[in-house]
Amino acid sequence: MRRIISILMENEPGALSRIVGLFSQRGYNIDTLTVAPTDDETLSRLTLTTSGDERKIEQITKQLNKLIEVAKLVDLSEGAHVERELMLVKLKATGAQRAEIKRTVDIFRGQIIDVTPALYTVQLVGDSSKLDAFVDSVGEASVLEVVRSGVSGIGRGDKMLAL
Amino acid sequence: MELLSGGDLLVRSLEAEGVEQIFGYPGGSVLHIYDALYRHKTIEHFLVRHEQAAAHMADGYARVTGEVGVVLATSGPGATNTITGIATAYMDSIPMVILSGQVPGHLVGEDAFQETDMLGVSRPVVKHSFAVKSADEIPEVIKKAFYIANTGRKGPVLIDLPKNVTNPADLFEYKQPGKVVMRSYNPVSRGHSGQIKKAVDEILKAKRPIIYSGGGVVQGDSSELLVKLVEKLGCPITSTLMGLGAYPCGGDQFVGMLGMHGTYEANMAMHHSDVILAVGARFDDRVTNNTAKFCPDATIIHIDIDPASISKTISADIPIVGSVHQVLTDMLVQLEKVKDGIDDEALKSWWGRVKEWQVKDCLKYSVADGEKMKPQQVVETLCKVTNGDAIVTSDVGQHQMFAAQYYKFKRPRQWINSGGLGTMGFGLPSAMGAQVAYPNETVVCVTGEGSIQMNIQELSTCLQYRLPIKIININNQSLGMVKQWQDMQYDKRHSHSYMESLPDFVKLVEAYGHVGMRVDHFSDLEAAMEECFALKDRLVFMDIYVDPNEHVYPMSIAGGAMKDMILSKTERT
Repeated sequence: MRRIISILMENEPGALSRIVGLFSQRGYNIDTLTVAPTDDETLSRLTLTTSGDERKIEQITKQLNKLIEVAKLVDLSEGAHVERELMLVKLKATGAQRAEIKRTVDIFRGQIIDVTPALYTVQLVGDSSKLDAFVDSVGEASVLEVVRSGVSGIGRGDKMLAL
Repeated sequence: MELLSGGDLLVRSLEAEGVEQIFGYPGGSVLHIYDALYRHKTIEHFLVRHEQAAAHMADGYARVTGEVGVVLATSGPGATNTITGIATAYMDSIPMVILSGQVPGHLVGEDAFQETDMLGVSRPVVKHSFAVKSADEIPEVIKKAFYIANTGRKGPVLIDLPKNVTNPADLFEYKQPGKVVMRSYNPVSRGHSGQIKKAVDEILKAKRPIIYSGGGVVQGDSSELLVKLVEKLGCPITSTLMGLGAYPCGGDQFVGMLGMHGTYEANMAMHHSDVILAVGARFDDRVTNNTAKFCPDATIIHIDIDPASISKTISADIPIVGSVHQVLTDMLVQLEKVKDGIDDEALKSWWGRVKEWQVKDCLKYSVADGEKMKPQQVVETLCKVTNGDAIVTSDVGQHQMFAAQYYKFKRPRQWINSGGLGTMGFGLPSAMGAQVAYPNETVVCVTGEGSIQMNIQELSTCLQYRLPIKIININNQSLGMVKQWQDMQYDKRHSHSYMESLPDFVKLVEAYGHVGMRVDHFSDLEAAMEECFALKDRLVFMDIYVDPNEHVYPMSIAGGAMKDMILSKTERT
């Protein structure tokens, strides 16, 4: 099962390598990974998606918690949450295709952020499945380059990951 | 105001932690530190002959004392040589601080001479690591490193020290750091009272309970509490390899070690129990055998300081996260409160079954007339001659298992071995660390001719510091455990498990300035050992030739349950 684990950690050199190293060392997968400092510059927020059964996820969270730099973590997928991912995608846009792509971008509430006579560069934000659906809709033949940020997430309502 | 260089700050900070002995080897990147050590006489430094041995010495020191062992090595090869020692300590949760030199900061990342990314190399085998950027950080980093190494689930902590940080030309004020406060590291000590109560209720309801105790009892200095609990409950107790001695091996309720080479009765009792109380043990694969077939009827209560150890391999029914010491203390208080004790009738009948298993006498071995001496005889004689009082370290292989099975340990921190990583070459240097910690105790290294040659250069260190260790080399002229597996699983194809061209160990140890003895016949063994142990202030190396074909039994059957064992070359359960 896909899980979104969000981690507050000390913003220190080496902290990220310990987290990434833990995954490879113990045979866990990281599907996506995103990390940046928070409003408190001594803390970074790292969000990763992984998959596994109940027991594996429990081990992953326990092992992560053991890392000295990990201050707090939450498995967002355990409760109501919002997840978003940013995608930048470069599409072939010539002839009749050009108008069709524009329409699809509108339907998905994307934005065209760069244009050439033959190309559109599109920015799209949403959960991962929406980004997948967009790529499917425009068709693989049109897609020239895809950049995805990895998943960010936050709990709904008054649930917060804070110290 | 007194101003100190980074090197002096480091030594001062170590003094503040109460460090009296450190183990290391000098080199370019740590010369400033070695100069500081030369000028301060408070810390005794032991010069090894290979940095791996420095780590094992510090480890042995830590295991016998419970204090943090300290290693000092230079950058590059010096530091990487300590890796096996660090990994050994990590697997067995031994508190250790490794000070590794680094090339000057401005050269880091440029593939400078003797540069290695030691933080990267060591990352998977340390509890934590620090890179010091500026000398004024040193006191606080040292304080944190010792705190992390010796609290919670203990382990090694590495500190990377670029050479410029210890430069004698740059002076700083020494400020004694305050209490360590880390928002992201707060090890749990006290177990959840509700869980403890639940556990006590479950134990009292049990008809066939067993206590399975591990290295956590030794690490947590909780042996007395364990003994009290065992007496109070009246049930059988078994121990892991790492936990031996926490409950005396000669104790009435002790059913021997469990696991791959555990006793028949311990493994049978585990398999047939209805409640297992695991105390500071981690259900490691050498204990459980096939986890799918593990103890089918048992409710599992698991006390561990590391939440990640709980339900990692075997799901715990009643998990208790906390220090063994605190949890056992609370558990004993809880037990005092209850009116109805354990079901005596059920317990009596449970002991009846255990005693039937004990009748099998699974550790008996036969010696035919004219046959070579058996390794078991060596350990039994050792136990007799030392009255079971010696600190015993071992290397890894058959001799390690024989030592664990036949030496009757009386107290915790008496049995020192590399249980988790299984490091050959550990025995001698860890014995050296133990002897440094306790100069007046008898320290024995039980080893084999394979393992001893992995760190034999340390005989030189032993002479330099007059460490009167007694080395019992159980010489079967082969890598016994490898050969045993090849006998059993590879149709006796002994691929590279035979050692041709063994040195004349007696001459070798004499060349190192020690006493060597060779024994070929059991009839000479006891007298020779008496002679060996009478030489109180000398290192004596006993090269004892034994039957090269002996196997360690019992042995669990791979893929089976705990009850599935091979009992001898001809008998299975």
